[in-house]
Parts: sequence; C-alpha cells; structure tokens
Amino acid sequence: MSQLFFGYFAGMIAITAILVVVFRNPVYSALSLLVMFFHVAGLFITLHAEFLAAVQIIVYAGAILVLYLFVVMILNVTQDDHYHSQWRIAGVVCIPLFIEFMLLLSGGAGALNTGSPSLQSGPHEAITANNTLAIGKTLFSTYLFPFEVASLVLLVAMIGAIVIAKRDIGEHDA
Amino acid sequence: MTEFGLRLAISLTQIAAVMGIVVITVLLLTLAERKVLGWMQDRMGPMEVGPYGILQPFADAIKLFFKEDIIPAGANKFLFTMAPILCLVPAFIGFAVIPWGPNQTFEVGGVTVRPFIISDINIGILYILAFASLGAYGIILGGWASNSKYSLLGGLRSAAQIISYELNVGLSIVGVLILGGSLSLVSITDAQAGGFWHWYLFALPAPQIFAFVIYVISAVAETNRVPFDLPEAESELVAGFFTEYSGLRFAFFFLAEYANMVLVSCVAAALFLGGWNAPYPGTIMGFIGLPSLAWVENTMWFAVKTYSLLFLFFWLRATLPRLRYDQLMRFGWKVLLPIALGNIVVTAIAVFIYQQMK
Repeated sequence: MSQLFFGYFAGMIAITAILVVVFRNPVYSALSLLVMFFHVAGLFITLHAEFLAAVQIIVYAGAILVLYLFVVMILNVTQDDHYHSQWRIAGVVCIPLFIEFMLLLSGGAGALNTGSPSLQSGPHEAITANNTLAIGKTLFSTYLFPFEVASLVLLVAMIGAIVIAKRDIGEHDA
Repeated sequence: MTEFGLRLAISLTQIAAVMGIVVITVLLLTLAERKVLGWMQDRMGPMEVGPYGILQPFADAIKLFFKEDIIPAGANKFLFTMAPILCLVPAFIGFAVIPWGPNQTFEVGGVTVRPFIISDINIGILYILAFASLGAYGIILGGWASNSKYSLLGGLRSAAQIISYELNVGLSIVGVLILGGSLSLVSITDAQAGGFWHWYLFALPAPQIFAFVIYVISAVAETNRVPFDLPEAESELVAGFFTEYSGLRFAFFFLAEYANMVLVSCVAAALFLGGWNAPYPGTIMGFIGLPSLAWVENTMWFAVKTYSLLFLFFWLRATLPRLRYDQLMRFGWKVLLPIALGNIVVTAIAVFIYQQMK
C-alpha cells in the first residue's frame, strides 16, 4: 500500500516537474509547480512527517508560488520567447546530470543494502512520537546554532530586499 | 475489509453531514446578512419570497442555477473553469478538523466512532492554515483567466491582501498554541473546559485578548469582507475578480466566500472561545441528571459562538466604510504585525514564568 502511494507521488512529482519546464505559458508552469508541491507534501505524509507537509504547503504553495504568479501576471510575460530554445545550454547542463544519475544507479544497489536497517527504524519512531515536538526539540537543541545562523541570513536578505526596493523612492524624494 | 468498509461509510456519513450543515448555514447567512443589514439601516430586507422573505435563498439559488454560463471572449477556458473550484475546495476542506462537540465515542459493529470529530490530526490548525492560503489561487487565477482589467486588478489586490493578512492570522494563533501546547484543535478545545475563565481569551497566565482582536480583524480581511473588500470594490473594479463570472460559477465564488466566513468563525470559536465548552463548569444536562444529552448543549454552545462571530461580520459591514489600499497594507504590516509579535513574546515569557512557579 505504501509502495503504491510512493509510486504515485514520485511519478507525479517527476511528471509535473518536467511540465514546469515544458509549458510555454508561465501561468501553467506555475500551476504544475503547485501540483508538484502538493505531491511532495504527500510524500512527507507517507513518511509520517505531517508538520513538514503542512509547512511545505503553507510556505511554498501558499506564499512563494503566489508571489511568482503575481510577478508573472504583472509583467505579462506570456509573449516573451527570449528564454525559449536554449537547447545548447540545456545539453551542456544535462551531461553532468546524466553522469551523476548513472553513478547513483550503479552505486545505489550496494548502498541500499547497508543503509536499509537505519532507514526502517526512522519512520517507526516518528509514528509514536509527536512529530512537531520532535522537530522543535531538535531544532532548538542540537541544531540551535545553524538554525540561528539561517535566520540571521534570512533577516539580512530581507533587509537587503527592502533597501533595494526603497532606493528608488529615496532618489525621487531628494 | 468489512471493517475498512464500515469506517469508510462512517467517515463519508460524517463528511456529508458536515457539508450539509455548512451549506445550510451558508443559505441561512445569505438571508441573515440581508435581513440584518436591512434592520441596521432601518429597512425590512427581503420580504417577497415566502413569509418574511425566508425562502429568498432558495429563489437566489434557483436563479443562479438556471442562468446562462458565459465564458468571455479571449478568456483562458481551462483556468476560467478551474478557478471557482480551486476557490471552493479549500474553503470546504478545512472543516474536516473542526471539533463540533464533545470528544465522546461509541461503538458501531466493533468500530469506535467519534461522532463530532471527522478527523483529529496532530497538525489540525496548520492544516487549516495551509488550505486557507490556497484559496488565493482560485481568486488570482479567476482574475487572470477572465481576460479583463477589472478582474486582473481585483485578483492581484486579493492575492496581496490574503498573503499579508494570512501572516497575522498565523501569528495571532501562536499565543494559543503556546498555551495549549498542541496543534490539534481537539486537544486545544479540550484544554479549555471548565468555565469561561479557562477559555484562552481570558485564561491565565496570558489572556489572548489582543490576539483574538487581531485574529478577527485579519480573518475579516482574509475573507475579503467589508471593510477589507478591496478585491471586489464596486466603485473601482465593478466586481473585482468575479466581474466576468455568471451563473453557477459565480455561485461557487459566493459559496466559497461564505464558507470561508463560517470556517474562520469556527476556528476562532475553537481556539479562543472554548469551542463546544459551555461558559460554566460542566453542563446543565449533566447537572439535572441527563449526561447522555450533554452533547446537545455542547454543540449548541459551539453554534452560538460561531453565529455570534458571523453576526459580527454583518455588523462590521453595516458600520464601517471600505479602507483605501495603502491604509490596508499599512494597517496590516505596521499595526497588527508588531502587536501579534509582541503578544507571542509576552505569552511565551508568561507561560515560562508560570511553569517555573509551579
């Protein structure tokens, strides 16, 4: 049963991720990205990580993608063919990706056998424990320093964005 | 397999019952809104269909159902059709985690049933926030797909407004989550039992009065209601994002707006006003020796709280003029957000000191 769900979610993620790049209409691209976020959240739920699933939808689908749509609609880039037909760059990017993929496929069989016991014990702990509580405790004890660093970096980025956006207004006033 | 079938049947029955109640409430609300507005403006409200106009919602529904379904020229047909559904589904899906009554159980054929709780997931409130944030897609895509300036501007306004005020909704709830120590609406409601002084609105050590006010204001803004109804400002944008919609699709947007109102009222009642708990310890039914009927009293209290909040929506509509767009944004980001953040800090410190003292 869980295999079936995983297959569905993984397949849909792959298909919609490809559709994001394939669609010519940016609004359709954004929508297939939305569908993809949902299926990623579904994957989290099959791993009993409900908190991550909810955060995935709230942050990515609820906030970030809406802003994408916002920009796409305001700029009205439907007619912009400037970024289409970039086959050469795509080809250059694809070669290392393909090699990595092949390496993973050939080396993956051995790694799977050694790694499976620890992987299996993971989800069972998550079922019994309160998932949100576990994430909170880990973030604020073991990973407190990286967490604070990440929030500081985000704060700096936020202030930077405001400064850049406000520069125009300051010049007009002066 | 039969047990699975039975569970499925019970769940589907519960879902059908809740959907029925919500749709009936929406029908009632459309009439109640016009009546209440009428009385507040010293008018009668609708009086023609049925005695005192009580059949007006059915007349409206039939009219919308039989209207011609127009898709404007140059519209994106696929998205134009999808948008009302994208709007309606998130509005209804949130009701799955609302506790309607006491957390009691009974057995049917070996399956334990909790009649007033469809599903008690441990991230209940996050689930509601997640799907509430998706309602914006229906609006913004409806606006874009209509191929109309008014619709597009309405949709963009609405997206900006919903993102801004969603943040305040989320932050105002955090205080309650700190007090309750859970994300599940069922356990949050259970923790508020035993009289109105245990409701998180008034509860020690940190009464969430400010958070409640912020939640209600932001909820009004998030449901695009007066005085925050800029996405459908008639005087500027005709009807905003649903200018081009008619017939059943228009009815879907309408239904979604009212279902969202009911949902935010239910959440406010469950988080701040004790949910189905009566404002006095225990229940009157239990006191007079009929504890098996206590659920009637409890569900009625939940209904009373929800309908009072819905009345507040109408009251605001009759009282306040619409805000200007810059006022809306300034109020959300510069007034509500700092208060909500301050409330979190104060609540966290108060709860910490309270736990140290114990």
